Amino acid sequence: MAMTEPTAVALDSATVAFRLADGRVYTAVEQANLSVDHGEFVAIVGPTGCGKSTLLNVTAGLLKPAAGTARIFDKPLSGLNRDAGYLFQADALFPWKTAIDNVAIGLEITGTPRAEALARAQKWLTSVGLGAFANRYPHMLSGGQRKRVALAQVLIRDPKILLMDEPFGPLDAQTRQIMGNLLLELWSADRKAVLFVTHDLEEAIALADRVVIMSAGPSARIIGDWRITLPRPRDIAEVRMEKDFHALHREIWGVLKDEVMKGYVQSTQAGAA
Amino acid sequence: MSRVTLLSLQVLVAVVTLALWQLFSTVPVFGKVLLPPFFFSNPIDVFSQIVKWFSTGVIWKHLAITLWESILAFVIGSAGGILVGFWFARQPRVAAVFDPYVKMVNALPRVVLAPIFALWFGLGVWSKVALGVTLVFFIVFFNVYQGVKEVPTTVLDNGRMLGMNERQLMRHVYWPSALSWMFSSLHTSVGFAVVGAVVGEYLGSAAGLGYLIQQAEGVFDVAGVFAGMFVLSAFVILIDMGVTMVENRLLVWRPTPVTRD
Repeated sequence: MAMTEPTAVALDSATVAFRLADGRVYTAVEQANLSVDHGEFVAIVGPTGCGKSTLLNVTAGLLKPAAGTARIFDKPLSGLNRDAGYLFQADALFPWKTAIDNVAIGLEITGTPRAEALARAQKWLTSVGLGAFANRYPHMLSGGQRKRVALAQVLIRDPKILLMDEPFGPLDAQTRQIMGNLLLELWSADRKAVLFVTHDLEEAIALADRVVIMSAGPSARIIGDWRITLPRPRDIAEVRMEKDFHALHREIWGVLKDEVMKGYVQSTQAGAA
Repeated sequence: MSRVTLLSLQVLVAVVTLALWQLFSTVPVFGKVLLPPFFFSNPIDVFSQIVKWFSTGVIWKHLAITLWESILAFVIGSAGGILVGFWFARQPRVAAVFDPYVKMVNALPRVVLAPIFALWFGLGVWSKVALGVTLVFFIVFFNVYQGVKEVPTTVLDNGRMLGMNERQLMRHVYWPSALSWMFSSLHTSVGFAVVGAVVGEYLGSAAGLGYLIQQAEGVFDVAGVFAGMFVLSAFVILIDMGVTMVENRLLVWRPTPVTRD
């Protein structure tokens, strides 16, 4: 597939810098090269504060790189990435809309008649297991249910690229596994390109085709890229028991561990300063 | 505390207060009436005054005038507050330029404007409306401003990533957020609309509850003053109940702090 289709996401020497309040320039990510093929599931793992989300925001077009380029399906990205759906870490649902209206809005704003948008939203709610919760407002749903609505909200627009920023971070361990399996199930239906940011290496290996490791910030770099050859379809809970999984985990963790320690030391120093 | 106990205790407070008032204003204690009727009247006189107002129907005209002034003040003040609030929140430079003047006008006790408004708009309805507007406007303005400013970045980014343009962000994100802030201050702004109307009437008018109280005071009719006060607070409580009903309908999406049984 990668041969015929253009690369979904291609970051070329992307550097992202912010100007701090005191005028200094903080380089979050330096010279990142990253590509995601059509239909490929790539997970970015790195220590806290390494700029994983920054890289994701560059791909989404929410941030502009200070240097380097971002290409989406072989076209340079300018403005927002219209091919991408973004699943945020924090709650991003519109609290004043019901679950079904939250899902339907992505269609409504592009001019889909309301009745049709609602019918399709109902289908999506059913496929994320919330068919009976259409008229609930976000505050009436649990954290896991809100993530399901958010997933349906993003997927209903059928984006070619799915960007996910630690989407299951705030959930408990069991719910995370259930959500992981749901994600894989939905993804395997039409294989979008996925860029999935997480700090959880096990989650990354269990979900992805490729795991990319970032060094501790500032000036974080991409320091490793592993192909995950575990057979699909996978079950998040069961794949963790397999020998190949352990071997991969040991290998990648060997690299990641040092960065996590560096990141930890830096965060404590920053706290003391 | 059960509902029945609570309700009976609440009634008890009213009964005891009224009984003491009646007692001390009519029965001499150690040869001296503690609450001279000239200054304090008594509950029976006040009550019969209220009954007289309602049975003759005089009161309706005054209630209607005060209500009308309050509604106008609320609607005009809110509309202005929403417009300017949105404008300032979306144009930080404009907000920065006008900031000291907004603070200055808001710091002014609005009552001192009443004579000016009477001069400009006459003794009719509009001088009271103007006074109410100056009170309502700032409440709504600050809340709408805050509501637009306080939209979480994530929700905004989500709207953008879902493909919303500026106009759609306005309609689906900024507007509902601003509205929820405005409604959270609905009790205050409606209350201020009534305050504006009554104070305006009190300071110079020919009708309304404030006028009624002022007239009674002018002829040392203390029973009339108290009667006017009671009617006024009942009027405000009724309006407030209406506001609560509207609020419950419009803000269903917000978590209710009270648990339902």
